[in-house]
Amino acid sequence: MLARTADNLYWLSRYVERAESLARILDVALRLATLPSAYAGTSNEWESAIDIAVCRDTFFRHYDVANQANVTQFIIAGPDNPSSIRACIEVARQNARAVRTAMTTEMWEILNDAWNEMQRLRFQSFTSKDLTKFLAFVREVSLRFDGAAYRTMLRTDHYWFQRLGMLLERADNTARLLDVKYHVVLPETEPVGGGLDYFQWSALLRAVSALNSFHLIYRGGIKPWLVADFLILKPEQPRSLISSYETLNRVLDLLAERYGRQGPSQRLARQTYSQLQNLDIDTLFQTGLHEFLEQFIADNNRLGLAINDQYLQ
Amino acid sequence: MANESVFDEMGGVEGDPRQIYAEVAQWFRQASPDLIANRKAEAEAFFRRIGITFAVYGDEQGAERIIPFDILPRILSSQEWIRLSEGLEQRVRALNAFIGDVYGAREIVRAGIVPEDLILSNPAFRPEMTRIKPTAGLYTHIAGVDLVRTGPDEFYVLEDNARTPSGVSYMMENREAMLRLFPELFGKLRIKPVDQYPDELLATLRSVAPSSASREPTVVVMTPGPFNSAYYEHSFLADRMGVELVEGRDLFVRSNVVYMRTTEGPQRVDVIYRRVDDEFLDPLAFRPDSTLGVPGLMSAYKAGNVTISNAVGTGVADDKAVYSYMPEIVKFYTGKDAILSNVPTWRCREPDALSHVLANIGDLVVKEVNGSGGYGMLVGPHATKAQRESFAAKVRNNPTNYIAQPTLALSTVPCYVEEGLAPRHVDLRPFVLSGADKVRIVPGGLTRVALKKGSLVVNSSQGGGTKDTWVIEDGATRASQSQSQKAGA
Repeated sequence: MLARTADNLYWLSRYVERAESLARILDVALRLATLPSAYAGTSNEWESAIDIAVCRDTFFRHYDVANQANVTQFIIAGPDNPSSIRACIEVARQNARAVRTAMTTEMWEILNDAWNEMQRLRFQSFTSKDLTKFLAFVREVSLRFDGAAYRTMLRTDHYWFQRLGMLLERADNTARLLDVKYHVVLPETEPVGGGLDYFQWSALLRAVSALNSFHLIYRGGIKPWLVADFLILKPEQPRSLISSYETLNRVLDLLAERYGRQGPSQRLARQTYSQLQNLDIDTLFQTGLHEFLEQFIADNNRLGLAINDQYLQ
Repeated sequence: MANESVFDEMGGVEGDPRQIYAEVAQWFRQASPDLIANRKAEAEAFFRRIGITFAVYGDEQGAERIIPFDILPRILSSQEWIRLSEGLEQRVRALNAFIGDVYGAREIVRAGIVPEDLILSNPAFRPEMTRIKPTAGLYTHIAGVDLVRTGPDEFYVLEDNARTPSGVSYMMENREAMLRLFPELFGKLRIKPVDQYPDELLATLRSVAPSSASREPTVVVMTPGPFNSAYYEHSFLADRMGVELVEGRDLFVRSNVVYMRTTEGPQRVDVIYRRVDDEFLDPLAFRPDSTLGVPGLMSAYKAGNVTISNAVGTGVADDKAVYSYMPEIVKFYTGKDAILSNVPTWRCREPDALSHVLANIGDLVVKEVNGSGGYGMLVGPHATKAQRESFAAKVRNNPTNYIAQPTLALSTVPCYVEEGLAPRHVDLRPFVLSGADKVRIVPGGLTRVALKKGSLVVNSSQGGGTKDTWVIEDGATRASQSQSQKAGA
């Protein structure tokens, strides 16, 4: 297939996944913002949202304070924010438009409808109710798009590049969510396992739609290390880093098989995967969760570059 | 132009239908207004859905880019079609021979038939092509020949499109819509299918692959990109042929061989069905500011390592001044009289013709030699005095740039317009595929309708619409014969 087509499929899937992730970040922040400060702590959930969305610098160029109004506006459709939800949907659709025939009608219609809806919405006059509805809508777009891809695409390299984009972005987003959560939201003075902790970590699980499944797997209460274990090392959890890499590996192997050639992407993905397989959560906490996540995000980026060099040019 | 003299292909809105329309006329006349409204709504829904894809490619103004579709089909009998297709094949063979001659020995000039300056001063003439010999001596692999009709047996060629004729996707989508809307008519009548077009196009393109290509030549469709107004058609054709739709940046040239960038590395390309104009193909050979093209493409072409389809420089054969010589051109290369007539044409470059045109401008259609899309022309009988005078001044100023033709009483077919069923003028664009092995023509083509009352301009940019074109076996006897045979078998 054309490298440009693969590139379009890969990036449009990344952007759809990113839009969903941004919606989830705002969801968590909204939920935390509703808690009395005794539960939520004094830290600013809106600033942490900005940190997860990696747009601190651009944000403070446009606004003085990180409060609900400013942050939601900026993340949803902020001026000059190339990674706003609106920008993500727009870029995804642009990519889709350029490779219209490389995807199924179902996938296209979901993106095109989403884009039309974005054109219609007046973000400036959003009420809280509108906001909640909108975030649910964005999550739904991503779920439907992913489902449409899964159910309607031929299992050829087209499909595999679509998956690669989605998985790589998902791994990145989960790692960032964990990282920022761990360092920014959790105040250092607060004893681990306190009430504050509980609400923040449960909000995090909720953000990845994993609160109920957490309880199914762990039975006990929400503990930070168990949440980290769940989102990093549990293959059963589809958003976990290990699960993303398990599938990334499989997809890259399918590509290598089809093209008759292994390359740097396959090697890098295998490395990260086996590293995750050999980790346990205690060792991870001893060496430092933040250091680990930082390393992971860098490795994940390197894989992205390798895929780009190997297939997309 | 008096109304009585206009030939209606169905036999009018109310009168006895012509034999070939009997079944269709009966259906439409017996159908209740509700049923008609219903089918119209269905057609609209179908095209709105397709229209979504047009809107996609046409962006924000998408809604306006949907071309109106009329549900009453335009019908030709298979006998009419046989004659037309023979004429088309003859004409396109002559066109190909003419282009080859223009870029070769120029025998037609030496024979004193076509003046040399008409060729050399033509802006579409590409001197590079005198050093390039395309596979099988074929230049215009895909030609669109616009036909009009004035009576039961009178067909005229209005113009030849030898560069990049478009509209074939409408032909196919129109049929798709009609198959859904009128299954009962398709059940009764034996309507020749058109959906083999992409297969025939691919076979044609493969047949003209360079001799250095592998046995399974790689064909691609080359588009200027999603912002081009015909992008829908480009992606439609690539999709139906199962080949890649490339942009210039997907291709590169190394050692005079064209490659496309794929996920598996460079892959050789043998045939490029390009929907990009000559001057944008290669910034090294033509416009240096073109970002749509592929640097070095012309050298690869010259080296015989790639086929560009249609060939570069085919425009030399389809301007309106050359058109006027087509009867002589056909005779010169085929040795036979042209089966399809030309509309009589005055070349304003000739003094006698010029004075005739200026004296009779009110009765004539005057056209720019290189104009298209219905622009740059004057329809004398429909123009105001002031319009005629200002146009006459332009002609006097630069006679070489103009030709003139009588206004023909173009045939009509009834259409559903706001007032109900009413006759509207139509033309027909069949698509002629010339391969190294044979000429292929899908029965029918694209029928365009001038939806404005009395208008002769069918171009979609000027209020034109389309109809499905049916080529059906003549008469009811044949159909019933075959039915009884089936029953007896």
